[in-house]
Amino acid sequence: MQIYLPIAEMSVNVFLILGMGGAIGFLSGLFGVGGGFLMTPLLIFIGVPPAVAVGTEANQIVASSVSGVLAHWRRGNVDIKMGVVLLIGGLIGSFLGVILFKFLRSLGQIDLAISLSYVFFLGIIGSLMFLESLNSIFKSRRSGGAPAKRGGHRHSWIHGLPFKMRFRKSKLYISAILPLAVGVIVGVLAAIMGVGGGFVMVPAMIYLLGMPTQVVIGTSLFQIIFVTANTTFLQATMNQTVDVVLALLLLVAAVVGAQIGAKFGAKLKAEQLRILLAIMVLAVCAKLGFDMMSTPTEFFTMGIGGKH
Amino acid sequence: MRTMTASFARLARLVLACTILFAPIIMSGPAHAQEHERQPLVADLSRHLVAITTGFAGTDVLLFGATDEPGDVVLVVRGPNRDEIVRRKVRLGGMIWANGPAVTLHDVPAFYRVAANRPLEEIMSPAARERHQIGDDVLNLRMSGDVAPEDRAEFREALVRLKESRDLYTVGPGEVNMLANRLFRTELHFPANVPTGTYMVEVYLVRDGEVVSAEITPLIISKVGIGADIFQFAHEQSALYGIAAIIIAVFAGWLAGVAFRKK
Repeated sequence: MQIYLPIAEMSVNVFLILGMGGAIGFLSGLFGVGGGFLMTPLLIFIGVPPAVAVGTEANQIVASSVSGVLAHWRRGNVDIKMGVVLLIGGLIGSFLGVILFKFLRSLGQIDLAISLSYVFFLGIIGSLMFLESLNSIFKSRRSGGAPAKRGGHRHSWIHGLPFKMRFRKSKLYISAILPLAVGVIVGVLAAIMGVGGGFVMVPAMIYLLGMPTQVVIGTSLFQIIFVTANTTFLQATMNQTVDVVLALLLLVAAVVGAQIGAKFGAKLKAEQLRILLAIMVLAVCAKLGFDMMSTPTEFFTMGIGGKH
Repeated sequence: MRTMTASFARLARLVLACTILFAPIIMSGPAHAQEHERQPLVADLSRHLVAITTGFAGTDVLLFGATDEPGDVVLVVRGPNRDEIVRRKVRLGGMIWANGPAVTLHDVPAFYRVAANRPLEEIMSPAARERHQIGDDVLNLRMSGDVAPEDRAEFREALVRLKESRDLYTVGPGEVNMLANRLFRTELHFPANVPTGTYMVEVYLVRDGEVVSAEITPLIISKVGIGADIFQFAHEQSALYGIAAIIIAVFAGWLAGVAFRKK
């Protein structure tokens, strides 16, 4: 069954889109990630214009983050103060990101910018996660099943920064500049890559800010809702690239997939999950990197010029 | 100079088209029955509006007609004009392929299709094809951009090739079926990604390599129904559209979250 996407201006198979939404939803439920970093490249791969893929995916992440944050909210795992500081940074970042997006699109370099940022961030985060989870698997084997300790309080130049703030729920007393900067970077990424940025923010919150793991996911989801909502609004007004029909189709399937994924995830160990996720992240990174470097079969691309 | 000849060719085509279009009106009058016999070419489409609905996956429109005496029938479908930017990929730092030099081609038909009852080369001379703009090799495309004139042909070829790969340009012979040398018919295929706008379906009757008669019929391709409303909403009230998209997403997410808890 074909359905015509009004903004993407193309006809797609409904079941293909539902299948993609379900599969990515399953993975996001399994690993506790947003899945935007997988969905956006996949949408581009099936022929959705990159600009529309990015704008639409931001819209879909709003929904998946809302449904995700509810559970964390009920358990009290959302540090609102931290979330708001991250959010301020995020709003600045996504505003800059959408402007940058528009500029790169006019230069004809948006596809390259999207691919490059994917390869760069997925490469770094995938490798870090892979090494870290390998490490913790070996450690837990040696010490007889004791989980590896993470976080901890390190004192470095980071603690010398001004504008210190107390974050009760995260048990932190750090400079507000730090979460603000993390927010800005993630906001820019969210706008350019069409992702929530959880895969960058979660490691940054754990390793850079030193937040306790249990509040990290809830707080990042809380912040992502607003940043992706802002991105959706800006992409809709500045670029007209949000396709609600596509977003709704993806959404419905992703919600169902996420629940099945979450049930599966409960049966696997955290280290195993992390290593699987790391492999997947690295695979997406390798594919995009390969496509960027291999000699293209068609050396020319075509885009619409001035509007008539 | 080239643009001069191009506009002359365009003008000539327009004059010819108008003459042929209005000839029946001017000449209609007392000798109506006689005139009816004299009309060398009649053609029509099975429909004049292609509606892109939610379930649209490409469509066929039937073109049919008749000629007074045997001759060749050449058919040209032109989509609405727009500017297209063609970019060539270059290698950056010996590693990454990125978009490099760009050329803007002006007033390029978004859709272009030529069909005839036998190979075009056998029917018309290149000069005649150029005069009537039949065939993607003779299309007048104005170009601007930071590319040396000798490289421009390459960009032009790329445009045609890219359009062909998307099913938007086709130049194929033998697709017009002739019956008893007088009646003709063909199916015009429009793919799912067909651009919207006003199309011109031109039918030419050719004898001895020269166009003796032509008929132009407009065909409108437009989005209708929910899809059209969404597109219009997104483009005309983009701020409201953005807010609506967010509200829908928040509501859907909340609904899913609540449903999940009950389980």
